[in-house]
Amino acid sequence: MSKLPNKEKALGMYRQMYLIRKYEERIYYLFLEGIMPGTIHQSTGQEACAVGMLYDLRKDDYMASTHRPAGHDLAKGVSLRGMMCEMFGKEDGCCHGKGGAMHTGDVEVGALVANAIVGGNLPIAAGVALAFKMQKKDNVIVCFFGDGATNEGSFHESMNAAAIWKLPVIYVCENNLYSATTSIALTCNMPNPAADRAVAYAIPAEVVDGNDVLKVNEAAAKAIKRARGGEGPTIIELKTYRHGGHSRNDACQYRPKDEEKHWFDRDPVKNFRDVLISTQLATEQELKTIEKAIESDIDESVEYAQNAPFPQIESALADVYWEGK
Amino acid sequence: MALLSIADALKLAIAEEMRRDPLVFCLGEDEDIPGGMGGAFTVTKGLGEEFGYERVLNTPISEIMLAGVCVGSAMMGMRPVADLQYGDFLFCMMDQLVNQAAKMCYMSGGKVHVPMVMRAPCGASNRGAQHAQSLESFFTHIPGLKVICPSTAYDAKGLMKQAIRDDNPVLVFEHKLLYGSKRKEKDAISTIGEVPEDDYVIEFGKAAVRREGKDITIVANLMMSYKALEASQLLEQEGISCEVIDPRTLVPFDYDTVVASLQKTGRLMIVHEDTYHCGWGAQLGSWIAENHIFLLDAPIVRVAAYDVPIPFSPILENHVIPSKDRIVEEARKLMRV
Repeated sequence: MSKLPNKEKALGMYRQMYLIRKYEERIYYLFLEGIMPGTIHQSTGQEACAVGMLYDLRKDDYMASTHRPAGHDLAKGVSLRGMMCEMFGKEDGCCHGKGGAMHTGDVEVGALVANAIVGGNLPIAAGVALAFKMQKKDNVIVCFFGDGATNEGSFHESMNAAAIWKLPVIYVCENNLYSATTSIALTCNMPNPAADRAVAYAIPAEVVDGNDVLKVNEAAAKAIKRARGGEGPTIIELKTYRHGGHSRNDACQYRPKDEEKHWFDRDPVKNFRDVLISTQLATEQELKTIEKAIESDIDESVEYAQNAPFPQIESALADVYWEGK
Repeated sequence: MALLSIADALKLAIAEEMRRDPLVFCLGEDEDIPGGMGGAFTVTKGLGEEFGYERVLNTPISEIMLAGVCVGSAMMGMRPVADLQYGDFLFCMMDQLVNQAAKMCYMSGGKVHVPMVMRAPCGASNRGAQHAQSLESFFTHIPGLKVICPSTAYDAKGLMKQAIRDDNPVLVFEHKLLYGSKRKEKDAISTIGEVPEDDYVIEFGKAAVRREGKDITIVANLMMSYKALEASQLLEQEGISCEVIDPRTLVPFDYDTVVASLQKTGRLMIVHEDTYHCGWGAQLGSWIAENHIFLLDAPIVRVAAYDVPIPFSPILENHVIPSKDRIVEEARKLMRV
């Protein structure tokens, strides 16, 4: 069993995990109702990865996400309202409606625009880390990617560069076993596609239960300390599972039912809730209060976003080049 | 005032900007290995000694990483100046240039920007099809990128300094036969020219009139601006007076200078080493036709590389790339219309 955090941190982590769970749930329903435009790639089931990795970062540290960014963004501090408005393509969205579901982010809180090219964020994260190093800052960046990204050339080029330059970057593979609908076992000969390859670059690596927020957080703490201390990159491979399909049209018919059951029984949000109760870090009543507040925040954000104005049409032609704000 | 080649003018520009701004750094494979070449064409040779090897980074041969590191560091306030050795390698980093660098400012709703410079040596020089292309038109098609092509030592310094100060991704196309570096290239043109020692920049989107004339406006960039000047001298003897305009930057493009010239000449010829099909001349020609067709006394003529990969054999390569003779021949025809 992992070392327990203090009560404030434990409740803070639970709050974020529950927020991500309920946010994704609400987005899903808004899609089913046909109210929301675009597409969705949901992180339900992977909440412990986002929260465990990002909880201890400073606001001026950075995070680079993927086409499945909502959990990461919320955990890094992008506002709920900014996220929801972006999903509706509204002016108040975190990218003023120009990003959308796969490009949410807000540099004000250290969340880079999420990257919808598989592996596209890996060298960019190395560049961010290089800038920290050249500017003699002690900041770090956490860069998420999926199991499928480990087969991209950008993965190998980026790991190599991060290693030779000892960059303050933490590369986090959320291995949810499927690259869209293809099992990673079909496309990689190693059981741990990110961690097993780390030896090729002499980067320390760890395989962690990605559904256990405390274990993820322990691994994160070690890697952050290494990066901040100038000791270079770490690869962390988190074993996890998405509860839904790859995207909105995917009914997950390629996943064995017993595999789904195995993972659904290890629900990261429910399990952490049970830990909080069983260790008496929180009472049932405290958790219910937290949950109710989050549900009400989400209601408020949906209502706000639905009533918020769309961007001015002319803004479509702005921001192609930096206009020096 | 110093007499410098384009290679040395580019080096001077980068060095001056690195002295002025500690956030400027340069990187690339073989960027400045002691005893090495300084990129493939000597431009960055010796910078490591002055600035140290933390600001003059010798990178692995990893083009995706090279471009991605530029994007990431630029978003964090650095000003990377990357060297690609050969522009043909741009295709190895297309995702980072087109999906990442060019779109970050837009996708973020204007919250981030990417001030990076990517230097791409271009042009045919007896190296075969994969070290030969003139790819500048390709990148003019991508909103979010700027594309420049200096062809004199004076321009090389002023445009490079402007590129480093620009807050957007800038691709710099440098012609291998125009560097004028000590590493002699066959058929190279000496570009040694006067370069002021003061801190000047050249604004993007300002073409240069290289020669004044009254019969034909020839718009030509990089090596072709020199071929056009040679052709113009011959044509002058036949009584055909050519005005030669070097656009210097393709994005943004200075249409005004071309229009002003057409008001005198009424005839437009566009010459580029990039291929004919959808080359930047196609954009210029159609823009003139859309907006100023009544200035024209004759059809627009485009003289460009034939639509084939660049062959090795010098006799074949010379045939594919527009020559002085082809420009002269096309100009004679244009005057007979």
